[in-house]
Amino acid sequence: MQMPPPKQRILARKPALVARLRAAIGDDCVIDDPRETHAYECDALAAYRCTPMAVILPRSTEAVSAALKICHEFGVPVVPRGSGTSLAGGALPSEDSVVLGVARLTQILEISTEDRLIRVQTGRTNLSVTGAVEPLGFFYAPDPSSQLACAIAGNIAMNSGGAHCLKYGVTTQNLLGVRIVLMDGTIMELGGGHLDAPGLDLLGLICGSEGQLGVVTEATLRILHKPAGARPVMIGFDAPEVAGKCVSDIIRAGVLPVAIEYMDRTVIRATEDFAGAGYPDVAALLIVEVEGTEEEIDTQLALISGIAQALNPVEIRQSRSAAESANIWKGRKAAFGAMGQINDYMCLDGTIPISELPAMLAKIDALSAQYGLAVGNVFHAGDGNMHPLILFDANKPGDLERAEAMGADILRACVEAGGCLTGEHGVGIEKRDLMLTQFTQTELELQLQIKDVFDPKWLLNPGKVFPLPLTEARRA
Amino acid sequence: MTDQDLAAQIAAATSPLHIIGGGTRCIGPQIGTPISTEALTGITHYDPGALTIIARAGTKLAEVEAALAAKNQMLPFEPILPGAALGRSGASTIGGVVAANASGARRISAGACRDLALGLGFIDGLGQVHRAGGRVMKNVTGYDTTRLLVGSHGTLGLITEVAFKVLPLPELTLTLRAEGLDDAAAIAAMSAAFATPHEVSAAQHISGGSTAIRLEGFAATLPKRAAALAAILPGFALAEYDWQAARQLQGLRPDASQRLWRISVRPSHGAAVGAALRAAGATSIQYDWGGGLIWAIAPASVDLRAALTLPGHAQCFTNTHGAFHPEPAPQATLTAALRAKFDPKGLFNQGKMD
Repeated sequence: MQMPPPKQRILARKPALVARLRAAIGDDCVIDDPRETHAYECDALAAYRCTPMAVILPRSTEAVSAALKICHEFGVPVVPRGSGTSLAGGALPSEDSVVLGVARLTQILEISTEDRLIRVQTGRTNLSVTGAVEPLGFFYAPDPSSQLACAIAGNIAMNSGGAHCLKYGVTTQNLLGVRIVLMDGTIMELGGGHLDAPGLDLLGLICGSEGQLGVVTEATLRILHKPAGARPVMIGFDAPEVAGKCVSDIIRAGVLPVAIEYMDRTVIRATEDFAGAGYPDVAALLIVEVEGTEEEIDTQLALISGIAQALNPVEIRQSRSAAESANIWKGRKAAFGAMGQINDYMCLDGTIPISELPAMLAKIDALSAQYGLAVGNVFHAGDGNMHPLILFDANKPGDLERAEAMGADILRACVEAGGCLTGEHGVGIEKRDLMLTQFTQTELELQLQIKDVFDPKWLLNPGKVFPLPLTEARRA
Repeated sequence: MTDQDLAAQIAAATSPLHIIGGGTRCIGPQIGTPISTEALTGITHYDPGALTIIARAGTKLAEVEAALAAKNQMLPFEPILPGAALGRSGASTIGGVVAANASGARRISAGACRDLALGLGFIDGLGQVHRAGGRVMKNVTGYDTTRLLVGSHGTLGLITEVAFKVLPLPELTLTLRAEGLDDAAAIAAMSAAFATPHEVSAAQHISGGSTAIRLEGFAATLPKRAAALAAILPGFALAEYDWQAARQLQGLRPDASQRLWRISVRPSHGAAVGAALRAAGATSIQYDWGGGLIWAIAPASVDLRAALTLPGHAQCFTNTHGAFHPEPAPQATLTAALRAKFDPKGLFNQGKMD
């Protein structure tokens, strides 16, 4: 993966830049010792690393504004960083960049159950937002699997999803307002406690813009009352295409499960060795969870089980208690960790229309044979967001490149099937060079022009999202 | 006329164009040569098992909703039908719904039009055809230009086609109703209903009249949920309520000397804002979205924005200048610059949102 070469004229002015930043936002908010900046060299796409010139950790929106103004004046690229859990390299620094971390912006500013919102600084973790409203009976719906660590800032930058999107949507459907700082230091409020702000939906544009349009320091998030309860049913099939049909049949029948998760045999075996959840050894396993009162859950699970029965499943296991629910989820929740135990893997994130699921699984099998790399499939089947895990050996020369080439082929197939390159992880550097498979040159040019409007000097996270040759002149 | 014909017309245009759909919800001034989406009709893709439908912009909203209903599905955001309230006779098109981000009662639980629009096709001001988003529920590839176009009232491009996420139609709908609550008590009751696990799908209050809280779900179990909710809401009981009439803004029929207004505020500010609007001359006040959306009628000479001192925004359903709430300076600069990128010749719906 190529990154733009650092600019010597920027590196040469490091001492002057650091001095100005220290004076503006405080000594203890600026890190420039390479032994410490080293800690910010990568995010969760750890195959790619680069130590930045400096790291700043401002304590307020005003400090973010002051720091950005200085970087803007110096013409220094700025890489915004939440908690560094991006799987796409969204927070990967360049050698001539300043990393702006929001880790010290963690306050809760307001909770209103009457207006069903919470206002927080964006360095706060996703799970701690739900934690703050849980005693009141509420929760924040988007739940990316990194929710213990990931920051709201990163959730907004990547428009993060999670397992419960089928019912509750992703970040953009749960974001009511932001306080954002533009690259020139301008502080702006978008949206707020009222719904559907007037004018063009700049809030919607900011969400998912991968830190390229501004730095979000505060967010107003929609909170919902928790459901009375939730329970899953686990259904095993001996053929992936039958599992795919089952998903469509459930949805067509008018049930709206809160989650439909899919695991294949490779993943089931790995998680059984790791977590011992007692899953059957089947070609395809579905976990379908519904919400409501005990009676409502029973009604929905009976309906789902009836649909599944008609498709001759190997096994149906309906949870009847919290303990049984936890056991059914135990393997799924351990899936990524379990796969990591047995192998290095690359996690893809393409989305396809649900009806294309069987054909896509067959296509992935064929590519797996062609490249000689095993694949495990574990994903959110209800919304078509696939996470094929390509297994490779990081110590074997050429294996990573082979995995990347195979991943690119799978993502191209997702686009051809009517889907997209990334459902919830973002483009970052990882899928940057594939953007022209999903968009025309004309469409991408318009997106570049959107960035021109917010960041005319192309300083915010500049080497990401778009193929480098398309942005070269703008980054010069 | 095809997409390509429209694109060619736009590419060749040198003076302002005014985009026309069904003519039922268009607000703001109408400047320039009309350009219609009426020839762009038909549902081009419907996959009930994937909860997705795609329709061309000129397709009638009624046609889309009928096709969905035939498979027991619906557009979740329950678009309002303001034609009668505005004295207009046309039939709403799906392109117009999207251009106006026209969301109704279920917006509070299922999201706004822009939350359910998965992708769209549009023609920019140079006549170039674009595809934004797609037809899948999770898509974070590139900037979300779909959301930018939804609610842009035709000022960024001519929308040719839209893909939506749809939802199953509820088997049963039940309404809990109370009469004669004052605005503050009604909003407090609606907020209390949302602060339960009963999944309220809509909550409206007509000032001086009914307060209605709607539940939707399976026929076998919904009555119990309604009973559980009624038990914690004094004065509320199962009753009829015409949600279809509410969609058509019943009770909001301004005469020639009056204007219809739509004001969005925090629900907790709803009653205070309602009182301020009334003091400024507003009548026929109705609340939707649990108190967060206020509908009102005011004399044409009154600008209700002057009475809105709490955070929020107000829109006037008029075809004159100033229908929209003015944007603060930094946003106004950005939106003007964005419009210049999407429409460099300044063709589309000039001055509409100013």
